[in-house]
Amino acid sequence: MTAELRTTAGESLYPRLEPLLAQIQKPIQYVGGELNAQVKPWDAAAVHWALMYPDAYEVGLPNQGLMILYEVLNERADALAERTYAVWPDLAALMRANGVPQFTVDGHRAVTDFDVLGVSFATELGYTNLLEALDLAGIPLHAIARDESHPVVVAGGHAAFNPEPVADFVDCAVLGDGEQAVGDITDVVKAWKAQGRPGGREELLARLARVDGVYVPRFYAVSYADDGAIASVAPTRDDVPAKVGKRTVMDLDEWPYPKQPLVPLAESVHERMSVEIFRGCTRGCRFCQAGMITRPVRERTITGIGSMVEQGLKATGYEEVGLLSLSSADHSEIGQLAKELADRYEGTNTGLSLPSTRVDAFNVTLANELSRNGRRSGLTFAPEGGSERIRRVINKTVSKEDLVRTVTTAYANGWTQVKLYFMCGLPTETDEDVLEIADLAVEVIRAGREASGRKDIRCTVSIGGFVPKPHTPFQWAAQASAETIDHRLRVLRTKINEDRRIGRSIGLRYHDGKPGVIEGLLSRGDRRVGRVIERVWREGGKFDGWSEHFSYDRWVAAATEELAPFGVGLDWYTTRERTEHEILPWDHLDSGLDKEWLWDDWQDALSEEEVADCRWTPCYDCGVCPTMGTEIQIGPTGRSLLPLTVV
Amino acid sequence: MARQPDGPPPPPTVQKLRIRYAKRGRLRFASHRDLARALERALRRAQVPMAFSAGFSPHPKISYLGAAPTGAASEAEYVEIGLSVRCDPEAVRAALDAALPEDVAVLECVEAGEGTGSLADRIDTSVWRVELPGMTLEELRPAVEELLGRDVVVVAKRTKNGLKDIDARPSVVSASASAGAGCAILHVVVRQGTPAVRPDDVLAALAAVADLHPPLPPRAVREAQGRLDDTGTVADPLDPDRTAGAPDQEAHATV
Repeated sequence: MTAELRTTAGESLYPRLEPLLAQIQKPIQYVGGELNAQVKPWDAAAVHWALMYPDAYEVGLPNQGLMILYEVLNERADALAERTYAVWPDLAALMRANGVPQFTVDGHRAVTDFDVLGVSFATELGYTNLLEALDLAGIPLHAIARDESHPVVVAGGHAAFNPEPVADFVDCAVLGDGEQAVGDITDVVKAWKAQGRPGGREELLARLARVDGVYVPRFYAVSYADDGAIASVAPTRDDVPAKVGKRTVMDLDEWPYPKQPLVPLAESVHERMSVEIFRGCTRGCRFCQAGMITRPVRERTITGIGSMVEQGLKATGYEEVGLLSLSSADHSEIGQLAKELADRYEGTNTGLSLPSTRVDAFNVTLANELSRNGRRSGLTFAPEGGSERIRRVINKTVSKEDLVRTVTTAYANGWTQVKLYFMCGLPTETDEDVLEIADLAVEVIRAGREASGRKDIRCTVSIGGFVPKPHTPFQWAAQASAETIDHRLRVLRTKINEDRRIGRSIGLRYHDGKPGVIEGLLSRGDRRVGRVIERVWREGGKFDGWSEHFSYDRWVAAATEELAPFGVGLDWYTTRERTEHEILPWDHLDSGLDKEWLWDDWQDALSEEEVADCRWTPCYDCGVCPTMGTEIQIGPTGRSLLPLTVV
Repeated sequence: MARQPDGPPPPPTVQKLRIRYAKRGRLRFASHRDLARALERALRRAQVPMAFSAGFSPHPKISYLGAAPTGAASEAEYVEIGLSVRCDPEAVRAALDAALPEDVAVLECVEAGEGTGSLADRIDTSVWRVELPGMTLEELRPAVEELLGRDVVVVAKRTKNGLKDIDARPSVVSASASAGAGCAILHVVVRQGTPAVRPDDVLAALAAVADLHPPLPPRAVREAQGRLDDTGTVADPLDPDRTAGAPDQEAHATV
C-alpha cells in the first residue's frame, strides 16, 4: 500500500505524518528531537538500524538497553541507528487510512528502508506489538516470506532467551549483552551488501548464524512427541552451532554507555537518569530470570560510575540519578560511592536513588546517605515471599525479625512510606504463606508507629503473580492458576482489613492473575505458540501490558483453537509441572547455566534449602563462568571520588 | 516532629527575569508540561543560578504564564524566573537558547523593572494567525463576516468534565481573513478569560455560523500576547520593564 507513495530510501515521512499528529493524543511522542538524539545522513552509513522498543514511547524511551545500542551504533561512522516505538491505536488507524508506514522518531524514515530492525523484548507481552509494527511497516509477518528488500528482524532483551514463540516472526535473536553483538552484526551485513548481496537473504542469515550469540530459528528444526512435548531440536545446516551461547561484555568501564542519555520532552515512566553500576547478580533468587541469565557479576568501578554520573548530568540536566542494577546495595564500593556522590552533589538539588533494594538495614543507611540533602518519601524493599519458609524456597532468605527491624529503621529515619514487594503463586506456596504478608505488614506499621512517633506512616504491599521463566530453577515448576492467585489475594485483602486501625495505613496493590497466565504461556512457550500470538493480533490484540487493551478471553479462545490440533493447550504450557528430562524449548539456547545444576537447585528449592552468593562463598558450579569463559569482576578498587571542580 | 532539611535556607531571589520564547516546527506538538520540563532541564544544563523554594522538595522559582495549547505554535510565550545570583539577561537568554531544543527559541530576556507590577497583569489578549490548508479566501471571508455579525455563538468545548457549551463570540475582539500559499489565513484577536477561547473554538464557531469545515488540520500560531488597549492594539508586555531599566546595577555573574 505504501510502496508507490514512497520515492527515495531514507526520505522523511514527516510531511505526511504531521497532518495526522494534529488529530491524536500526545503527539509529542512521535516527533523525535529529544535532547541527545541523532539524525545522521542516510547515505553516509553502510548499515541502517531501526531499534524498536515494542511498547508505548513513554515506557520505551527510558529503556537503557535501547539507549546504549543506539549510541554504540551511531558512534560507528559506517552505521546509523534510529528509534521506533509501538504506535497507539489512534495513530495506527490514521496511518493505515493514509498509507503512512511505521516510522522512526528520529528521521521519520520508513522502517522498511532499514537493513536491520532490532526489537528489544523486556517482556513477552510485547509480542503482539511486534506483529502490529511489522504490519504497519509493510514487512511480511512471517520471516520466511521476506526477501532481500526487507530488514532483518532481530530480537534481543531478556525474553530473547526463549524466542521460540516468535520464531516464525523474527529472523534472528541475540542472546545476552548487545554492545558487541550489534557491531558484529553490522560487520556481517555491511560485507554482504558490499559484495552485492551474494546468496540473498538465506546467505545473509547463514552468515549471521555464525556470529557468536546469534540464533537463527529457521536453521533449527523442531519435532514433537505424541505426548505434545518436544522430541528433538536439531540444526538443519552443518555450519550453524548445535547450541547458541549468550554474549557477555566484560569490563563495564570500557563500555560507559549511555554517555549522552536521551531526554524526552514528553513525560516518561522514569523521570531520571540511570547509571548501571553493575551487571549480573549471583544472589541466586530462584524466581529471577534476570539474575540467572546475566551472570557473572561485573561491577563498574567507583571512579567509572562517578564520571558517568558527572557526564550524564551535564548532558541531560536531569535532577535525579538512579544507581541501577539488579541489587545495587551489593556493589562492593556502595557505601563509599553513596557518601562520595552525596558529598559531590551537596547543595545542587540533585537527587540520588537506588531503585531496587534488598531487605537489609544497610539499605536504610545507604538511602539516608543518598537522600541527606533531599526529600524522604518512599523506600522500597522486596522480601518477595510472605513466610520465612517460602523465602527459603525462593532463596531470598531474611527472617521476619530482620524484616520488621529494617522497615522500622526506615520509619525512624524519617521515611514515611515504605513499599514492600511480594510475589504470589510461588512453587509450594499455600494460603498460609500469603497470609503471613498481612501479619508482616501489620507488625511493620505497629513497630513503625512506635519507632517514629507518627501516625501517618504508610506501608504499601505490592503483589505480583509469579510467572516461571526459562533458564531458572523454576523453569520446571507448575504455574499457579489465575483462580489460585485471585483466591489468595482475596483472603489476604480480607485479613489486612481485619483491624481497620492498622489496615488503613496499609495499601494493597495487585493485579488479577489473568495477564500472568498469558505471560506464562509466552515465556515457556514453543514455536506452536506463535500461531496463538498471530491469531490474537489478527483479532485486534496489542498493548497486552496495558490492562485497558489486554483481553484474557481473546487469548484463551485463540490458545484453545490454535493449540488443540497439537494436543496441547494453555494449561499444558502454564500449570503443568515439567519432568527432569523433558526437552525444554530453550534447551539449545545457552545462558551458561548447567541444566543439571538448575535441576539440583530446583530440588533444593523443594526441600527448602538455601544457596549462598558465590561472590563471598566458594563457587557452587552453576556453570556460567567456565562455559562462557568469564569471571566475576568486583572491587573494591581502593579508589575514591574527588570533589568536582567548581564549574 | 517532621524532619527538617539540615543547613541554612536556600538563598533568596535577587533578580527576576522575564522571558519571551517561541515554540515552532515539530515542537508545536509539545504540551505546556512538556515545555516546562524541557525548560527546567535546560536551565540546569545552562547552569543558570536559579533560586529555589525551601523544604525537602525544592523547586526552582519559575512562573509560567498561560501556555499555547498542544498543537499550536507560538512566537509569544512568556515565563518569569527568579535567580539567586544577578546575571546579565542577554547572557541568560543566549545560554538558555543554546540549551533548549532547536524548535524552542528564546527571543527576549529582560530584567523585571522595579515597581512595574506583575507580568500576568499585562497580558489579557492573544493574537492568533491560523492557516487553513486547502481552503480559499473566498470561503473563509464570508464566514468570518458572519461570525462578527453575531452577538452569541455557542460552541461545544471539550473540558475535563466532558463537552460544555460556551459562548465563544464575546472573546473574539476582532477577526479577518487573508490569502496565503495554498491556504486561507484567519487572523483573530481573542481576549483571554474563563472559559478560555482558543483557535479550535473560533473554528468551531465558524463551523457553527457558516458551516465552514477545513479539509485539512489547521495550523495555529500565536503571534503576540499582551494587554488590549482602547484603540484595539495589543501592547508588548515587556515594554514597562525595558523602559524602567534594571534596578541598582551590580556586577553581573556570567552564565
